[in-house]
Amino acid sequence: MTEAIIAQFKLDYGAFSLDVDLRLPSSGITVLFGHSGSGKTTLLRCIAGLQHAPHGLLAINGTTWQDSENKLFLPTHKRSLGYVFQEANLFAHLTVLGNLCYGLKRIGHTANTAQFDQVIELLGIAHLLDRMPERLSGGERQRVAIARALVLNPELLLMDEPLASLDSQRKQEILPFLTRLHNELNIPVLYVTHSQQEVAQLADYLVLLADGKVQAAGLLSDTLSRIDLPQAQDKQAASVWQVTVIEHETAYHLTRVAFAGGELSLPAIDAELNTALRIQIYARDVSITLEISKATSILNVLPATITDMIDDKEGQSVVRLQVGSQTLLAHITRKSAQLLALHTGMMVYVQIKGTSILN
Amino acid sequence: MLSPADIAALWLTVQVASLATIILLLLGTPLAWWLVRSQFRGKSICNALVALPLVLPPSVLGFYLLVLMGPNGAVGKLTTELGLGTLPFTFTGLVVASVLYSLPFVVQPLQTAFTAIGNAPLEAAATLRASPLDTFFTVVIPLSRTGFLTAAILGFTHTVGEFGVVLMVGGNIPERTRVVSVQIYNHVEAMEYSQAHGLAGGLLVFSFLVLLLLYSTLKTNPVSPIK
Repeated sequence: MTEAIIAQFKLDYGAFSLDVDLRLPSSGITVLFGHSGSGKTTLLRCIAGLQHAPHGLLAINGTTWQDSENKLFLPTHKRSLGYVFQEANLFAHLTVLGNLCYGLKRIGHTANTAQFDQVIELLGIAHLLDRMPERLSGGERQRVAIARALVLNPELLLMDEPLASLDSQRKQEILPFLTRLHNELNIPVLYVTHSQQEVAQLADYLVLLADGKVQAAGLLSDTLSRIDLPQAQDKQAASVWQVTVIEHETAYHLTRVAFAGGELSLPAIDAELNTALRIQIYARDVSITLEISKATSILNVLPATITDMIDDKEGQSVVRLQVGSQTLLAHITRKSAQLLALHTGMMVYVQIKGTSILN
Repeated sequence: MLSPADIAALWLTVQVASLATIILLLLGTPLAWWLVRSQFRGKSICNALVALPLVLPPSVLGFYLLVLMGPNGAVGKLTTELGLGTLPFTFTGLVVASVLYSLPFVVQPLQTAFTAIGNAPLEAAATLRASPLDTFFTVVIPLSRTGFLTAAILGFTHTVGEFGVVLMVGGNIPERTRVVSVQIYNHVEAMEYSQAHGLAGGLLVFSFLVLLLLYSTLKTNPVSPIK
């Protein structure tokens, strides 16, 4: 991991304080996750310079944007960033094209570049260029806002809950664009959200924030499987795996996928062979057995090693397992855990009752 | 129907009101922006000062201006030092008085318009590499179009309609300070009701048409001069 983004901030508003010290990767999507009031938006605004934390050190790929000790604070308009707000925040007096060109003009570029066309194509807004913002739907507006930030080709793209103001249908309309953005453009993204769905779908790197402090930060799979965190004990707790399509069993409407250390059968996926996919496995859909039962309807039974276990307060055990080189979380009852005498280091089999495809 | 003296008064009124409106927009825009954006503690004092001409009898404002700009007043001494003479009973004095008298009618609509824009577009512009000054000209002013239209029209029409301040500061000098409202007063004093009707009716129709234009352009209520 390249440690190219250094962000240290301290601020105190009495009722709310922020105290973070982060090293973030300079590629991929880093999700800042937390409940409202956790400080995730404040942190993003401090990084953008929209808010001035009295104590801060911020460096992006070796360029210092803030260094309070040396009284350095680069104003927002001098930072090479793109910012997508919760509300699209387009300029109402300019057309879509006018909005897209607003920033470009100021860095001395024009719209006649291949990069501009790529962004327009990526977000599917070529047919909207002459429209005024008031004549766009919520989803279209947000896509224009994302494009407006992207055409600047910034060193860092900041996104503050860009989907929060949209209904679930519009969310589904934009998520694929974000995934493509992730795959096709090489701009590091800091993405603020309180949606676990967006975390699972988009994050490469995950920062958990609570009460203005960093609870955990690390690669998505590592952070999600930290069973000491409330995340792993939540009913929605899940593991996210990267898999590749290897075979279509058309007769059974199934697709075989491979992960690092094994294979899985999934309901048929409309994707070409060798396509990389992200799948999500809810901890509640994983059960544990000591031997392979021939009499089971469950297709996905895999050998696994227990690497850690913890009991919660409600009769549930959270078990972390190693399957091949992937980590997997399982929620089982404490009674079952005792009956099977589960313990760390034990070799078991996991039965996966269901998976969902993320992209 | 209109005598040459009436026409001279009309022309003078148009000149005073146009010049005052231009000066008001140039002064009022930064003032309104500052009043909206700054966190300055004494802001309420400034707001109250700007609003003062709304409630003050025009003769009071006119009286103090007369004293200030007269040969013994602070402003009068300054203008004499600068070789400009004293301002009362001159065209310049009339414009200066008009600017002060109509200030709230320009500043308050602009304040309301600037407040309505909020922070969001300013922050968006900053993230798109626009400096604060750049943002002001390319985002704030275009988004405040209706505020500027309201301010200009109210400033102009209110200046056209002034009487007390004009009489105090400008007096009643033909072709120099005798504006329409004073001319109407002269006609009435001299019992020339038909001439008074010509000018007064004209002013009534003009003011109505201007406001009609304003309201129909904006569709909604124009920004009120009083918050």
